[in-house]
Amino acid sequence: MDTVVLLTLTGLGLGALYFLVASGLSLIFGLMDVLNFAHGALLSVGAYATWWAASGHLPGAGSGGLGFVLAVLFGVVVGTLAAIVLELVVVRPLYTRPREQVLATVGVSLAVPALLSGIWGTDPLTFPGPEALKSTVGVLGASVPANRLVLIAAAVLVWAGLKLFLDRTRHGLVVRAGVEDRAMVTALGIDVRKAFTLVFAIGGAAAALGGALGGLYFGSVDPGQGTSLLIFAFVVVVTGGMGSVTGAAVASVVIGLVQQFANYYTTAGLGDLAVVVLLAALLLVRPRGLTGRLA
Amino acid sequence: MSPGRTARTVPTARPAEGGPLLAVRGLRVLIGGRHILHGVDLDVAAQGVTALLGRNGAGKTTTVRGVLGLVPRTGSVLLDGEETVGLATHTLVRRGIGYAPEDRGVFAGLTVAENLRLAERGDGEPDYALVHELFPELLTRARQAAGTLSGGQQQMVAIGRTLLNGNRLIIADEPTKGLAPKVVTEVTSVLERAAEAVPVLLVEQNLAMVRRLATHCAVLADGRTAHQGPAAALLGDPEATRRLLGVGRAPSPAIPPTTADDAAGAGRSDRTEADL
Repeated sequence: MDTVVLLTLTGLGLGALYFLVASGLSLIFGLMDVLNFAHGALLSVGAYATWWAASGHLPGAGSGGLGFVLAVLFGVVVGTLAAIVLELVVVRPLYTRPREQVLATVGVSLAVPALLSGIWGTDPLTFPGPEALKSTVGVLGASVPANRLVLIAAAVLVWAGLKLFLDRTRHGLVVRAGVEDRAMVTALGIDVRKAFTLVFAIGGAAAALGGALGGLYFGSVDPGQGTSLLIFAFVVVVTGGMGSVTGAAVASVVIGLVQQFANYYTTAGLGDLAVVVLLAALLLVRPRGLTGRLA
Repeated sequence: MSPGRTARTVPTARPAEGGPLLAVRGLRVLIGGRHILHGVDLDVAAQGVTALLGRNGAGKTTTVRGVLGLVPRTGSVLLDGEETVGLATHTLVRRGIGYAPEDRGVFAGLTVAENLRLAERGDGEPDYALVHELFPELLTRARQAAGTLSGGQQQMVAIGRTLLNGNRLIIADEPTKGLAPKVVTEVTSVLERAAEAVPVLLVEQNLAMVRRLATHCAVLADGRTAHQGPAAALLGDPEATRRLLGVGRAPSPAIPPTTADDAAGAGRSDRTEADL
């Protein structure tokens, strides 16, 4: 029983990490038809910025208590700014040339890890964090790492915040309409490109938060983390349906759980494969994913 | 005589006072390396309904999309004397254009109220009273997803969005396409009433509706303007109607919309959708 509880909660923690990356990826694809391969790089930027701040480089920030909260905030802000720059400088000039746009984001996804290893080296760096989050918490007889619970809580908050933004605000309405029919939104007199930048900023913030909390999850940061998480985030986006935040949430949970249980009960590594097989099976039955439109 | 040459010899219609509200000159649209429009000239009168006519594939919808900048275009489009080619679509629209596209452009996953709210421009009070007076159903179905509406109700959403902002010009692209006769009559009445206050550019295949509403008309053929002039002159001339629009026999102008299908339904074969 306690094994099942442990695997469920760690699986949900993994799913939460996927959701933080996939939610932005899904909105960006849904609204702009942009496959943002640089999204993993945004996660890495958030992770390194948080690590940098928590290691004592940022005045006031540190590895414990409020200092760590400040470090995470710093990471999120840096990741958000990086996403805005990415949209304005790399993605925006290429909206009429989708192929070049994909290549440009792939280029960024290679350049950022290279830059990070150039400055801080290729070895994993120990991620500082509050002692409380490195311990375990007893849940129904299972000892669950506290950082998994923090990740789950953060993902639920991000999901609720995104739902509120999409359902209750004017900008959210424009994003939902833009996912359906971008041209018609402009024909109603709305500058849809402002929504593009906004969605990139939101996606960047969520990915950077994923990077900061992913540092706790893995205990370290390394330049390739973002890229390896991006693959599973893409699986989540396709499974959940492009442009659907709730679809991404459901798919994240399913993928995280399947991966965790399969890795434990079969051979380690088979869970990662199972996820891809699951995706293929789903696409055969429902080409639109769980909820969204056809890619 | 090719339609291209007639374009230059036909005098353009101008309202008595002042110039046209919208003056399109030499509009060219190139899509996928192929010219869809070869130089369309079109005046939208400052009052009444200007009908844009022509057979399927003549370039009517492309002209409208070109005017709005929804497709890359060259040429000149003057709105009240100001050049608009080069403006982004949203900037142009905010100068006072309401657009109801051919496919209605309704956001299926959004509610009726949300569809209308998207058309708000934040400058001035949106006229919901007018929209709900003309289409009471849009109020009772405010929380219904637009994708679950009938074609006629979706068209009401599309036209309602154009009436919200006190626009200077309304562009309606085949607003009666695929609608039941009863709804066609309703849409026609609403546009007739709207046109009392705002000039309308109407793309339409339903000639009975055109007869009832149009004060001016322009005819396109093969991506060029083949004719422009007062509506009565063209529609009252059976020979010109047949030559320019390919309508077999010209009906009398008094035929009401619901019975005019056999005579006026040139190119219409989609009036099967059950509505309301």
